[in-house]
Amino acid sequence: MDAWKWDLFFGSFPYVARGLLVTLKITLFGSLLAYALGLLFAVLLRARIPVAHQLLRGFIEAIRSTPVLVQVFVLFWLMPQATGIKLDAETTGVLALGVHYACYTADVYRAGIDAVPAGQWEAATALSLPRSRVWLGVVLPQAVPRVVPALGNYTISMFKEVPLLLAIGVLDVLNRAKEFGADNYRVIEAYTMAGLVFLALSYPASILVRRLERRVAHP
Amino acid sequence: MVRFENVIKRFGDNEVCRELSFTVAPGEFVTLIGPSGSGKTTILRLLMTLERVTSGLIEVGGEPLSHMPRGKGLVPADEKHLRKVRKRIGMVFQQFNLFPNMDVLRNVTEAPVHVLGESRDAAEAHAMALLEMVGLADRAREHPTRLSGGQQQRVAIARALAMRPDVLLLDEVTSALDPELVAGVLALLRKIASTTDITFLCVTHEMGFAREVSDRVMMFDAGRVVEEGTPDVLFTDPGHERTRAFLHAVLDRR
Repeated sequence: MDAWKWDLFFGSFPYVARGLLVTLKITLFGSLLAYALGLLFAVLLRARIPVAHQLLRGFIEAIRSTPVLVQVFVLFWLMPQATGIKLDAETTGVLALGVHYACYTADVYRAGIDAVPAGQWEAATALSLPRSRVWLGVVLPQAVPRVVPALGNYTISMFKEVPLLLAIGVLDVLNRAKEFGADNYRVIEAYTMAGLVFLALSYPASILVRRLERRVAHP
Repeated sequence: MVRFENVIKRFGDNEVCRELSFTVAPGEFVTLIGPSGSGKTTILRLLMTLERVTSGLIEVGGEPLSHMPRGKGLVPADEKHLRKVRKRIGMVFQQFNLFPNMDVLRNVTEAPVHVLGESRDAAEAHAMALLEMVGLADRAREHPTRLSGGQQQRVAIARALAMRPDVLLLDEVTSALDPELVAGVLALLRKIASTTDITFLCVTHEMGFAREVSDRVMMFDAGRVVEEGTPDVLFTDPGHERTRAFLHAVLDRR
């Protein structure tokens, strides 16, 4: 094996950076979807609507019990055949990661909602507040701030899982590194650069989340 | 104003209310006393619709609360019916249960705005008058967590009054307070009881207060009314051994 080539290492950066924009975009929209959908799941589960409750529980279990890559393939290859709806690779990634992570954030929200004391629900009932106000005015404003750090952790997780979208051709950090490597018949420097880019973003982000956790625990 | 007819409430095998029947007249101040676990708080919670009766009927203002008319008979109330009838009833809790995510004023205006449909201006004017009455107008823009327990409970009272209830339920409202804060809250309740025609059902261990403000005292034990009467009679000359023993125990303690 040849010696380490710094020029290839630094030369890969512009490619990796271009991929990073895609990775960040997918992480951002995927997270937003996971936050919104997870909240919806949590509230629906709490409402205990017969049948709908069991269906949703089953769906969540199914998603959590299968690899996200399989879900990506289902969305990208099977769904167009079954429904005629064809999404581009990036949108598929956002959808697959967003729905997958929503099945986890639903539990995060549930824990936050459960942590709101029973007395708050009872006071809301005693004031005859309508259901929508109980949720939007009383319960969620207390539950959501507490779960922000946990949500942040899932965003970091998702960020690191975007590279598996390489399987459907998304030009993310890793795919760009691979492309650069292929052009230069050497992948080691570019892959190292890709890894360092993930490290450089994930590590400070997890420190930030840990700080937030401490702030939430001791306001 | 309030009528219980053969009300039974069970939690699992535990029968907390045993065929309770009693009425409370409009404007009456009734205090429920008795050992813990005797069913007093459950009665308030049934009235507030925080619990459902196992059997029997509860009426408020001549309307069925636990049930609703359907055809010729009555069926257990659904959520929609409960939502309608519970508006006439307010409750003040032992632990205050103010909403920590809202300031004091918002705690008081939230229900009038979203339930009674009052305009925010009208609700705020009314809330400020109530906060003035409970002595906390100057704290309107603060968050409840910054207030003492006694102040929080006074805000909770203002919050309940803002809904202009016909019936107000007081569930051990001074039990969580530091001793030096109890008097202020009781003085406030005394004032409200004597200046409004609200019907009160009050669960308390403050026997001096009960004796002073109550029109009637009901002594509970094991889910039944052991005896009832005017406070003068019940406190000075209880007819029942169980009442004597209970009063002896609570009055001895202080």
